[in-house]
Amino acid sequence: MCKDCGCGDANHAHGHRHVDTEGREYWHTHEHDQEHEHGRTIVVEKDVLSRNDAIARDNRQWLDARRITAFNLMSSPGAGKTALLEKTLAMLPHGLHPAVLVGDQETDLDARRLRAAGERVKQINTYSSCHLDAAMIARELGTFVDEHANLLLIENVGNLVCPASFDLGEHVRVAVLSVTEGEDKPVKYPVLFSSADAVVITKTDLIPHLDWNREQCHACIRKSGSRARIIELSARTGEGMDAWIRYLQAMMRHE
Amino acid sequence: MHEMSLAQALVDQAVELVRLDGCSRVLGVDVRIGALSGVMRDALEFCFPAAARGTALEGAELRVTEVPLKAMCRDCRIESRPKPFEIQCPHCGSMNLELSDAREFKLVSLEVE
Repeated sequence: MCKDCGCGDANHAHGHRHVDTEGREYWHTHEHDQEHEHGRTIVVEKDVLSRNDAIARDNRQWLDARRITAFNLMSSPGAGKTALLEKTLAMLPHGLHPAVLVGDQETDLDARRLRAAGERVKQINTYSSCHLDAAMIARELGTFVDEHANLLLIENVGNLVCPASFDLGEHVRVAVLSVTEGEDKPVKYPVLFSSADAVVITKTDLIPHLDWNREQCHACIRKSGSRARIIELSARTGEGMDAWIRYLQAMMRHE
Repeated sequence: MHEMSLAQALVDQAVELVRLDGCSRVLGVDVRIGALSGVMRDALEFCFPAAARGTALEGAELRVTEVPLKAMCRDCRIESRPKPFEIQCPHCGSMNLELSDAREFKLVSLEVE
Protein backbone atom coordinates (compact mmCIF):
# COMPACT_ATOMS: atom_id res chain seq x y z
CA MET A 1 0.00 0.00 0.00
CA CYS A 2 1.13 3.50 -0.75
CA LYS A 3 1.86 5.31 2.53
CA ASP A 4 1.41 8.75 0.93
CA CYS A 5 -2.11 8.38 -0.45
CA GLY A 6 -3.28 5.09 0.98
CA CYS A 7 -4.15 3.53 -2.38
CA GLY A 8 -3.41 -0.08 -3.16
CA ASP A 9 -0.67 0.54 -5.69
CA ALA A 10 2.67 0.93 -3.98
CA ASN A 11 4.54 1.73 -7.20
CA HIS A 12 3.15 4.94 -8.58
CA ALA A 13 4.79 8.33 -8.57
CA HIS A 14 4.18 11.06 -6.01
CA GLY A 15 5.38 14.61 -6.08
CA HIS A 16 6.58 16.67 -3.18
CA ARG A 17 8.03 20.04 -2.41
CA HIS A 18 11.63 21.10 -1.91
CA VAL A 19 13.09 24.51 -1.06
CA ASP A 20 16.52 25.08 -2.52
CA THR A 21 19.32 27.18 -1.07
CA GLU A 22 18.13 30.30 -2.90
CA GLY A 23 14.74 29.95 -1.24
CA ARG A 24 13.06 28.81 -4.49
CA GLU A 25 10.38 26.15 -4.17
CA TYR A 26 10.00 23.31 -6.59
CA TRP A 27 8.30 19.94 -6.84
CA HIS A 28 9.62 16.66 -7.99
CA THR A 29 8.22 13.17 -8.32
CA HIS A 30 9.78 9.82 -7.71
CA GLU A 31 8.71 6.23 -7.55
CA HIS A 32 7.94 4.69 -4.18
CA ASP A 33 10.58 2.03 -4.47
CA GLN A 34 13.33 4.65 -4.63
CA GLU A 35 15.28 4.97 -1.41
CA HIS A 36 14.99 8.69 -0.86
CA GLU A 37 14.58 10.36 2.48
CA HIS A 38 12.92 13.72 2.71
CA GLY A 39 12.15 15.86 5.65
CA ARG A 40 10.60 19.15 6.55
CA THR A 41 12.63 22.27 5.84
CA ILE A 42 13.43 24.83 8.51
CA VAL A 43 14.51 28.08 6.84
CA VAL A 44 17.27 29.71 8.91
CA GLU A 45 19.26 32.30 6.86
CA LYS A 46 21.61 33.14 9.71
CA ASP A 47 25.36 33.75 9.87
CA VAL A 48 27.16 30.69 11.18
CA LEU A 49 29.44 32.97 13.15
CA SER A 50 26.45 34.84 14.57
CA ARG A 51 27.33 33.65 18.07
CA ASN A 52 30.89 34.96 17.75
CA ASP A 53 29.55 38.16 16.18
CA ALA A 54 27.08 38.64 19.04
CA ILE A 55 29.85 38.26 21.65
CA ALA A 56 32.01 40.65 19.59
CA ARG A 57 29.17 43.21 19.64
CA ASP A 58 28.92 42.86 23.43
CA ASN A 59 32.69 43.31 23.70
CA ARG A 60 32.52 46.49 21.62
CA GLN A 61 29.68 47.83 23.77
CA TRP A 62 31.58 47.05 26.96
CA LEU A 63 34.66 48.84 25.60
CA ASP A 64 32.63 51.82 24.38
CA ALA A 65 30.97 52.23 27.78
CA ARG A 66 34.44 52.49 29.34
CA ARG A 67 35.91 54.68 26.62
CA ILE A 68 38.44 52.06 25.55
CA THR A 69 39.55 51.80 21.90
CA ALA A 70 40.61 48.33 20.73
CA PHE A 71 43.07 47.50 17.92
CA ASN A 72 43.34 43.98 16.46
CA LEU A 73 46.80 43.34 14.95
CA MET A 74 46.93 40.49 12.45
CA SER A 75 49.79 39.15 10.33
CA SER A 76 51.69 36.03 9.37
CA PRO A 77 54.10 34.65 12.00
CA GLY A 78 57.30 36.66 12.13
CA ALA A 79 55.98 39.81 10.46
CA GLY A 80 57.02 41.83 13.49
CA LYS A 81 53.84 42.34 15.52
CA THR A 82 55.60 41.90 18.85
CA ALA A 83 58.50 44.18 17.87
CA LEU A 84 55.98 46.79 16.71
CA LEU A 85 54.13 46.55 20.04
CA GLU A 86 57.36 46.73 22.04
CA LYS A 87 58.35 49.94 20.31
CA THR A 88 54.78 51.27 20.48
CA LEU A 89 54.62 50.77 24.26
CA ALA A 90 57.97 52.50 24.66
CA MET A 91 56.82 55.50 22.61
CA LEU A 92 53.20 55.90 23.76
CA PRO A 93 52.41 59.53 24.42
CA HIS A 94 51.05 60.84 27.70
CA GLY A 95 47.36 60.05 28.18
CA LEU A 96 47.32 56.65 26.45
CA HIS A 97 46.96 53.81 28.95
CA PRO A 98 47.36 50.47 27.23
CA ALA A 99 46.32 46.93 28.07
CA VAL A 100 47.84 44.31 25.80
CA LEU A 101 46.49 40.85 24.95
CA VAL A 102 48.73 38.55 22.94
CA GLY A 103 47.49 35.37 21.31
CA ASP A 104 49.70 32.40 20.53
CA GLN A 105 49.01 28.69 20.38
CA GLU A 106 51.65 27.97 23.02
CA THR A 107 54.10 29.75 25.36
CA ASP A 108 54.04 33.16 27.01
CA LEU A 109 57.26 34.31 25.33
CA ASP A 110 55.62 37.31 23.65
CA ALA A 111 53.93 38.46 26.86
CA ARG A 112 57.20 38.21 28.77
CA ARG A 113 58.95 40.17 26.06
CA LEU A 114 56.31 42.90 26.15
CA ARG A 115 56.11 42.98 29.93
CA ALA A 116 59.73 44.08 29.87
CA ALA A 117 58.38 47.33 28.42
CA GLY A 118 56.62 47.72 31.79
CA GLU A 119 53.02 47.60 30.65
CA ARG A 120 49.96 45.53 31.43
CA VAL A 121 50.29 42.47 29.19
CA LYS A 122 48.50 39.12 29.22
CA GLN A 123 49.09 36.06 27.11
CA ILE A 124 46.14 34.07 25.73
CA ASN A 125 47.08 30.56 24.64
CA THR A 126 44.71 29.26 22.00
CA TYR A 127 46.23 25.73 21.94
CA SER A 128 44.48 23.87 19.10
CA SER A 129 42.94 27.03 17.65
CA CYS A 130 44.65 29.12 14.99
CA HIS A 131 42.98 32.43 15.87
CA LEU A 132 41.54 34.44 18.73
CA ASP A 133 37.75 34.56 18.96
CA ALA A 134 35.37 36.99 20.64
CA ALA A 135 34.75 34.73 23.66
CA MET A 136 38.49 34.63 24.47
CA ILE A 137 38.50 38.43 24.59
CA ALA A 138 35.23 38.60 26.54
CA ARG A 139 36.84 36.61 29.38
CA GLU A 140 39.47 39.34 29.79
CA LEU A 141 37.06 42.29 29.86
CA GLY A 142 36.32 43.38 33.40
CA THR A 143 39.12 41.16 34.73
CA PHE A 144 42.43 41.88 33.03
CA VAL A 145 41.16 44.81 30.96
CA ASP A 146 39.68 47.38 33.34
CA GLU A 147 38.80 51.05 33.53
CA HIS A 148 42.45 52.04 33.96
CA ALA A 149 43.03 51.38 30.27
CA ASN A 150 41.84 53.48 27.35
CA LEU A 151 43.73 51.56 24.67
CA LEU A 152 43.45 47.79 24.12
CA LEU A 153 46.09 46.35 21.81
CA ILE A 154 45.37 42.78 20.71
CA GLU A 155 48.12 40.80 19.00
CA ASN A 156 46.32 38.00 17.16
CA VAL A 157 47.78 34.56 16.45
CA GLY A 158 50.27 34.75 13.58
CA ASN A 159 48.17 33.59 10.65
CA LEU A 160 46.93 35.41 7.55
CA VAL A 161 43.81 33.29 7.08
CA CYS A 162 41.76 32.46 10.14
CA PRO A 163 41.90 35.62 12.31
CA ALA A 164 40.30 37.53 9.43
CA SER A 165 36.99 35.69 9.92
CA PHE A 166 36.57 36.32 13.65
CA ASP A 167 35.40 39.72 14.85
CA LEU A 168 36.78 40.28 18.36
CA GLY A 169 34.88 43.48 19.06
CA GLU A 170 37.81 45.66 18.05
CA HIS A 171 37.35 49.15 16.63
CA VAL A 172 40.37 49.12 14.32
CA ARG A 173 41.69 46.19 12.28
CA VAL A 174 45.40 46.40 11.49
CA ALA A 175 47.16 44.10 9.00
CA VAL A 176 50.91 43.92 9.56
CA LEU A 177 53.08 43.01 6.56
CA SER A 178 56.87 42.82 6.59
CA VAL A 179 58.94 43.69 3.53
CA THR A 180 60.66 40.28 3.74
CA GLU A 181 57.35 38.57 2.93
CA GLY A 182 57.34 40.00 -0.58
CA GLU A 183 54.90 42.38 -2.22
CA ASP A 184 52.13 39.97 -3.18
CA LYS A 185 50.86 38.67 0.20
CA PRO A 186 47.80 40.98 0.09
CA VAL A 187 46.53 39.46 -3.17
CA LYS A 188 47.27 35.97 -1.89
CA TYR A 189 45.34 36.59 1.35
CA PRO A 190 42.76 39.17 0.31
CA VAL A 191 40.23 38.37 3.06
CA LEU A 192 42.47 39.79 5.77
CA PHE A 193 43.90 42.72 3.81
CA SER A 194 40.63 43.84 2.24
CA SER A 195 38.99 44.13 5.67
CA ALA A 196 41.85 46.00 7.38
CA ASP A 197 41.53 49.67 8.35
CA ALA A 198 45.31 50.05 8.24
CA VAL A 199 48.16 48.10 6.70
CA VAL A 200 51.47 48.55 8.54
CA ILE A 201 54.49 47.62 6.43
CA THR A 202 57.30 46.65 8.81
CA LYS A 203 61.09 46.08 8.68
CA THR A 204 61.62 48.87 6.15
CA ASP A 205 65.25 49.12 7.34
CA LEU A 206 65.81 45.88 5.37
CA ILE A 207 64.66 47.35 2.04
CA PRO A 208 68.22 48.10 0.82
CA HIS A 209 69.03 44.38 1.12
CA LEU A 210 65.94 43.19 -0.77
CA ASP A 211 64.37 43.52 -4.20
CA TRP A 212 61.22 44.82 -2.52
CA ASN A 213 59.21 47.18 -4.72
CA ARG A 214 57.10 49.80 -2.93
CA GLU A 215 54.76 50.60 -5.85
CA GLN A 216 54.11 46.92 -6.46
CA CYS A 217 53.40 46.28 -2.76
CA HIS A 218 50.97 49.20 -2.53
CA ALA A 219 49.30 48.08 -5.78
CA CYS A 220 48.86 44.57 -4.33
CA ILE A 221 47.23 46.04 -1.22
CA ARG A 222 44.78 48.01 -3.40
CA LYS A 223 44.23 44.99 -5.64
CA SER A 224 43.04 42.98 -2.63
CA GLY A 225 40.14 45.42 -2.49
CA SER A 226 41.66 47.29 0.45
CA ARG A 227 41.17 51.01 0.99
CA ALA A 228 43.28 50.89 4.15
CA ARG A 229 45.66 53.56 5.37
CA ILE A 230 49.21 52.33 4.60
CA ILE A 231 52.00 53.09 7.09
CA GLU A 232 55.64 52.06 6.51
CA LEU A 233 57.98 51.73 9.47
CA SER A 234 60.90 50.02 11.07
CA ALA A 235 60.45 49.18 14.75
CA ARG A 236 64.20 48.51 14.93
CA THR A 237 65.38 51.95 13.76
CA GLY A 238 62.21 53.80 14.78
CA GLU A 239 61.77 55.24 11.28
CA GLY A 240 58.08 55.78 10.55
CA MET A 241 57.01 54.96 14.14
CA ASP A 242 55.79 58.53 14.68
CA ALA A 243 53.25 58.15 11.85
CA TRP A 244 51.98 54.92 13.44
CA ILE A 245 51.65 56.52 16.87
CA ARG A 246 49.81 59.48 15.31
CA TYR A 247 47.48 56.98 13.61
CA LEU A 248 46.78 55.27 16.96
CA GLN A 249 46.00 58.64 18.51
CA ALA A 250 43.80 59.69 15.61
CA MET A 251 41.79 56.47 15.86
CA MET A 252 41.16 56.83 19.62
CA ARG A 253 37.41 57.16 19.76
CA HIS A 254 36.95 58.77 23.09
CA GLU A 255 39.54 61.52 23.36
CA MET B 1 42.59 25.87 8.97
CA HIS B 2 39.78 27.22 11.09
CA GLU B 3 37.13 25.12 9.39
CA MET B 4 36.87 22.84 12.45
CA SER B 5 35.81 25.86 14.55
CA LEU B 6 33.42 26.87 11.79
CA ALA B 7 31.97 23.35 11.48
CA GLN B 8 31.57 23.34 15.26
CA ALA B 9 29.81 26.73 15.18
CA LEU B 10 27.52 25.45 12.41
CA VAL B 11 26.65 22.30 14.36
CA ASP B 12 26.08 24.28 17.59
CA GLN B 13 23.73 26.63 15.80
CA ALA B 14 21.81 23.77 14.17
CA VAL B 15 21.58 21.78 17.43
CA GLU B 16 20.00 24.80 19.11
CA LEU B 17 17.45 25.07 16.29
CA VAL B 18 16.70 21.34 16.57
CA ARG B 19 16.07 21.80 20.30
CA LEU B 20 13.69 24.71 19.69
CA ASP B 21 11.92 22.86 16.86
CA GLY B 22 11.59 19.56 18.69
CA CYS B 23 12.49 17.47 15.64
CA SER B 24 14.47 14.30 16.16
CA ARG B 25 17.12 14.37 13.48
CA VAL B 26 18.62 16.52 10.73
CA LEU B 27 18.82 14.97 7.26
CA GLY B 28 20.38 17.86 5.39
CA VAL B 29 22.11 21.16 6.12
CA ASP B 30 22.20 23.92 3.49
CA VAL B 31 24.93 26.53 3.81
CA ARG B 32 26.07 29.40 1.65
CA ILE B 33 29.73 30.44 1.39
CA GLY B 34 30.80 33.76 -0.12
CA ALA B 35 34.00 34.00 -2.15
CA LEU B 36 35.60 36.32 0.43
CA SER B 37 34.34 34.48 3.52
CA GLY B 38 37.67 32.73 4.06
CA VAL B 39 35.82 29.41 4.35
CA MET B 40 37.25 26.54 2.30
CA ARG B 41 34.53 24.28 1.02
CA ASP B 42 36.65 21.10 1.00
CA ALA B 43 37.96 21.67 4.51
CA LEU B 44 34.46 22.42 5.82
CA GLU B 45 33.06 19.27 4.21
CA PHE B 46 35.92 17.31 5.72
CA CYS B 47 35.34 18.68 9.23
CA PHE B 48 31.54 18.64 9.27
CA PRO B 49 31.02 14.87 9.91
CA ALA B 50 33.44 15.00 12.85
CA ALA B 51 31.70 18.03 14.37
CA ALA B 52 28.28 16.40 13.81
CA ARG B 53 29.18 13.12 15.49
CA GLY B 54 27.04 12.35 18.50
CA THR B 55 24.51 15.11 17.72
CA ALA B 56 21.17 15.24 15.90
CA LEU B 57 23.20 16.17 12.81
CA GLU B 58 25.15 12.91 12.69
CA GLY B 59 24.88 11.49 9.17
CA ALA B 60 23.27 14.67 7.77
CA GLU B 61 24.19 15.75 4.28
CA LEU B 62 26.05 19.06 4.07
CA ARG B 63 24.96 20.95 0.96
CA VAL B 64 27.18 23.90 0.06
CA THR B 65 26.30 26.73 -2.30
CA GLU B 66 29.25 28.91 -3.26
CA VAL B 67 28.48 32.57 -3.98
CA PRO B 68 30.88 34.24 -6.43
CA LEU B 69 32.26 37.73 -5.88
CA LYS B 70 30.49 40.48 -7.78
CA ALA B 71 31.95 43.93 -8.29
CA MET B 72 30.44 47.14 -9.59
CA CYS B 73 33.10 49.42 -11.11
CA ARG B 74 32.71 52.93 -9.70
CA ASP B 75 34.40 54.31 -12.84
CA CYS B 76 32.82 52.53 -15.82
CA ARG B 77 29.72 51.26 -13.93
CA ILE B 78 29.97 47.76 -15.45
CA GLU B 79 29.35 44.83 -13.13
CA SER B 80 31.83 41.95 -13.26
CA ARG B 81 32.82 38.82 -11.38
CA PRO B 82 36.50 39.34 -10.55
CA LYS B 83 38.63 36.60 -9.05
CA PRO B 84 38.85 37.09 -5.26
CA PHE B 85 42.62 37.47 -5.47
CA GLU B 86 42.67 39.88 -8.41
CA ILE B 87 40.14 42.55 -7.72
CA GLN B 88 40.31 44.77 -10.76
CA CYS B 89 37.62 45.79 -13.25
CA PRO B 90 38.15 43.58 -16.33
CA HIS B 91 36.57 46.24 -18.54
CA CYS B 92 38.50 49.40 -17.72
CA GLY B 93 41.25 48.18 -15.36
CA SER B 94 40.07 50.35 -12.46
CA MET B 95 40.52 49.10 -8.90
CA ASN B 96 37.83 51.44 -7.64
CA LEU B 97 35.22 48.72 -7.16
CA GLU B 98 32.10 48.33 -5.09
CA LEU B 99 32.25 44.69 -3.94
CA SER B 100 29.24 42.52 -3.29
CA ASP B 101 28.93 41.17 0.23
CA ALA B 102 30.96 38.03 -0.45
CA ARG B 103 31.98 37.54 3.19
CA GLU B 104 28.90 35.60 4.16
CA PHE B 105 28.93 32.13 5.63
CA LYS B 106 25.29 31.40 6.30
CA LEU B 107 23.23 28.51 7.50
CA VAL B 108 20.44 28.70 4.92
CA SER B 109 18.11 25.91 6.04
CA LEU B 110 17.85 22.55 7.75
CA GLU B 111 16.02 19.53 6.44
CA VAL B 112 14.67 17.71 9.47
CA GLU B 113 12.43 14.84 10.42
